[in-house]
Order: sequence, then structure tokens, then C-alpha cells
Amino acid sequence: MEMFLQSLISGLLVGGLYAIIGLGMSLIMGVLKIINLAHGQLMMVAMYVSWSAWNYLGIDPYLSVVLSVPFTFYLAKFLSKYLLNPLIEKDSILPENQVLMTVGIGMVLVELARFLFTSDYRSVQTSYTGQAWDLGGVSISIPLLIAFIVSLLLTAGLFYLLMKTDLGRSIRATAQDRLAASLMGVSAEKITVLTYGIGSALIAAAGTFFLPIFYLYPDVGPEFTAKAFVITILGGLGSTVGAITGGIVLALAETFGATYLSSGYRDAYGLIIFLLVLVFLPGGLKSLTKV
Amino acid sequence: MHNDKFISKSEIGIFIFALALPFIFDFSPYIQGLLIFVVLWVVLGTSWNLLAGYTGQVSFGHAAFFGIGAYAAGVPFFLFKVSPWWGLLFGGITAVILGYLLGIVVFRLRGPYFALGTLAAAEILRIAFGQEEWLTNGHNGILYMTTWVSKYPYYFIILAIAAGTILTVKVVMRRREGYYFLSIREDEDAASAIGINASKYKNISMGLSSFWAGMAGAFYFIYMGFIDPETVFALHNISIISILVGIIGGVGTIWGPAIGAIIMVLLQETFRSAFFGFAPQWVSGMHAFVFGLLVIFVILYLPGGVVGDWDLIRKKLHLKRKSEMKK
Repeated sequence: MEMFLQSLISGLLVGGLYAIIGLGMSLIMGVLKIINLAHGQLMMVAMYVSWSAWNYLGIDPYLSVVLSVPFTFYLAKFLSKYLLNPLIEKDSILPENQVLMTVGIGMVLVELARFLFTSDYRSVQTSYTGQAWDLGGVSISIPLLIAFIVSLLLTAGLFYLLMKTDLGRSIRATAQDRLAASLMGVSAEKITVLTYGIGSALIAAAGTFFLPIFYLYPDVGPEFTAKAFVITILGGLGSTVGAITGGIVLALAETFGATYLSSGYRDAYGLIIFLLVLVFLPGGLKSLTKV
Repeated sequence: MHNDKFISKSEIGIFIFALALPFIFDFSPYIQGLLIFVVLWVVLGTSWNLLAGYTGQVSFGHAAFFGIGAYAAGVPFFLFKVSPWWGLLFGGITAVILGYLLGIVVFRLRGPYFALGTLAAAEILRIAFGQEEWLTNGHNGILYMTTWVSKYPYYFIILAIAAGTILTVKVVMRRREGYYFLSIREDEDAASAIGINASKYKNISMGLSSFWAGMAGAFYFIYMGFIDPETVFALHNISIISILVGIIGGVGTIWGPAIGAIIMVLLQETFRSAFFGFAPQWVSGMHAFVFGLLVIFVILYLPGGVVGDWDLIRKKLHLKRKSEMKK
């Protein structure tokens, strides 16, 4: 029973973090209609920014969010403006050109990180690293809990932004119908760039709060890219609620699978669910609830 | 589209040159190894191109076929000490069977979802082959003493596989099936509407593509004498590089992936060896970085790849020369 509770609680907490990764991906997928295969790599960039701030300047990783998020936001805006947007009008044999471009971007980011920081595993040692609450046999990691709360706040913030502000309305309009939105006076190009920036800023925030939990190395990204698209498809495209449920379902599947089936297959469970969802439930969990 | 001769004189010339290469020059084992890798990538890029470039099914899981081919040679050796050379028979066939099984799932998906589906399938295989130790020896991999010390026999074998791959693409693209592939790439619904059995021809394309990738995998085990799941099912080092080789050379062209493979290996090796020792040592860390930059450049400015946009390149160079002359 304790093992069950422990799996459940850590699954839920990790699920909150996954949700925030999925949200950024879902947003980008909705507006740009592409799979951003540089997603985890942008997160890696943010993590290195925070790590550098901690290592060289002694700034607490939670505070360095004010550095890593803007940095990633502007980097992503630059990338989408000069590398992704020009491809929309380009004629090419394969329509997946933008996706392939994100592969190239991801590769360059990883190699740049490897060049600047070497392949060594890095971690941040703070007073709260490894701290845990003990609740009658079930322990809750403090950094994980903080990251969970932050991701809830970010989700709420994004929900507000999308639903209640003009910018959010423009983003949703562009996602629904690019042409119609631009006829209504929305600059689709600007919105695209901004969306890529916001999506990346979300994952940058997630990365910074992961820093006290996970090891950091240049190849950390692809694993999170994979998780992001699993979550997005699982939850349903372009759905905030879907990304949260997707994230939690994935995390629960991973923790319970690792506890009760086989821990070696931990990373495979998500992918298997992903294939099953793609084939049998193409709309994701969203299509079940009609939210 | 194919009014020209089936095999042009220059193509025969290239093949004879490739055959004669070891007899003309006295290469060091290092260069011999590079040659083998170039040709190996020609096979992988060309086979990916048949499925993606000609049929429009952009797979991000080509490593699945390469890996299963390698293990088709490796597993019988590991379990029953069967010579890995049988892999050249089993490798391709096993990959075709895997391709058919995967197709049942992934061909229900389109565009980016197909890409993700194939990626997920290859990753699941990578994890599974690392876990099922009774079958694959897990992460310890399978080790075998290679038959020959000299690299030349291996060079001729992979050259034969590459010739087979390119010939397959040439033959099939001249036939009815080839035109069906193209019509599926351009518009799958329209192709189905005029009576083309899209799922059948996608399976044929996948079968041919996976066969040669599987052969390449079996060759890899015979040549290297060692495989483990992380190498042969690698997402980045196999699946993604297969794509990038095709993109740089030019998707949907016969010789594009071959040119892409040569560019990729030459560029990476030049940087890895720090311009053969002439540049400072730190340059060697930049090999993958420079390759990534090249990919970005090609997608932005040469969407058809080096071969597909060759006319464009020639025109640009030509204009430049003219304007220099005016000065």
C-alpha cells in the first residue's frame, strides 16, 4: 500500500512537471502546425543558463528564472523569425521542412552546449537539494513539490493569457484558421513568432525548476522532446486541460509501470501509450470529454 | 520523366571508379574505414529516400530497420553460434517483416504523426533490445571476431549492397509502382480516388526501403564485430542522420543521398581530425555543430538539396563569376 501511495504521489508530482513541458509543445503545435523537435533542446539551453548563473555568479536556481526565461524567449523568437517563418512560403518536395529545420536547430544547440560546457554531468547543490518531507512512510521531495506548484501557477497563467487577453484571442484565432485570422487584422507572422517564444519560455521555466532535480548534460533534451510530444498527442492538440491530463497520465504510467512491471521499460511505456492513442484515439483524451 | 537511358555512361564510370579505387591508391586503414562508412551511409540515405523522398512517408525511425538487420545477424550468432554471414540473407528479410508489422500501425498515420509514430516504434525497439538480455545480451552487446583483418573485402561487399540499393530505386522508379509512389507523395487522397491502392504501395515502398536498411545493418555487424542497442537503434546517430543525408543531397533524387553521404562523412571527418592536424585541436569538437549548420543552410536556401537544386547552385556560381568579370 505504501508503495502504491508513493508511486501515486511521485507520479502526480512529476505529472505536473510534464504538463508544463506538454503545454509549450501543444501551443506551438497548435499555431505553427509543426512538431517542434528542438523543444527539449531549448529546455537544455535554459538549464545551462541557470546552471551558469549558479556556478559562476552564485545565483540560486529558482531566482535565475529571471535570466533563463527571457534568454530562451528571445532565442526562440529569433529562431522562429529567421529560420522557421521563411520556410512557410518556400516550395519543397516534403511538407515536413519546418520539422526538419527544428531537428537541425536542436542539433546545433546540443553541439554548442557540448562545445561550451563539455559532456560532463552537471548538477546544482543547494540547501534544498535532496530534501524530502516524510509523511508516514511516503516521502515527498521538496524541489519536486516546489516545481509542481510553480507549474500549476504557470498553467493557470497561460490559461488566463489564452482565454482573457487580446493576445490570447489572437493566438487562438491563428491556431484555428491562419488565413481568416490575418483577414481579421491579426498579424499571423508576429503571432507565430510570439507563440514559439512563449512555448519555449514555458519550457525554459520548467527546465530551470528541474535543475535541482535532474542531472544536466548536453543530450538531456531529446528525452524531454519525446515526452512533450507524447503528452501533447495523449492529451489532445491545442488543449490546456489536455496537456495537464496527458502529463499526469504519462507520469503515472511511467511510475506505476516502473514499480510494478519493469523499470527498464520505463521510457517505453509512454511511447507505447503514444502509439496506441495515435491509432485508436486520434483526438487524444480531449475527444473523450469534449472540453 | 525517364526518357534518358536507364544507366548512363557516367554512372557506370562512377561504379567502376568506386570498384577500382582500392587498386589505384594505397589507402591507410583509416581512409579505408571512411570509404566503407561513406558507402554505408549511401545505402541508408538511399533506402530512406525511397520511402520518404519518393513516397512521401517521412520516417523518423529508419534505425528500426538498420538495428533489426544487425540483430538478425547477431542474435543467431549469440544464441547458437550461427555464422553472422547468414545475416546477409536474414537481415533484409527480417527488416521487411518488421516493416510490414510496423506498417499496420504507422501507415494509419499521416505527415507529422507518421514521423512521430515511426520515431516511437524505433525507440521502443531500442529499449526492448536493451532489456531482453536472454535474446540480445542487453546493453553488453554482441561481440564477434571479424573474419578478415583487411578492410577491402568489406568495402566490396558494402559497395555491392549500395549498387543493389541504387539499382532498386532506379528500377522501381521507372516502373508503374514508382509513379504510384510519386502520386501518393503528392496527394494521397487524390491517388486513392483514381484507384491507386495507397496502403499497398506504401507497404511495397516500405518493404524495399527496409530490406536494404536491414542489409546495411547485417553488414554493420559483420564488419564491426560488435553491436549494442544504443548504437544500432540510435535515434540521432542513425535515424536522424539518415534523414539529414537525404535532405542535404536532395530528397526524391537518385544520387542525392549518395552525395549527401559523401558530404556528411567528409565534413565530419575533416573537422573531427581538426583539418587533418592543421587546425588547432578544439576544432575537432565542432564536427557535429558544423554539420547542423549545414543542414540549416540547406533547408533555408537549397530546399531541393545539393542535387535537386544543382541548377540553382550553378546559376548562382555562374552569375558571380560574370559579375566578377565585369569588375
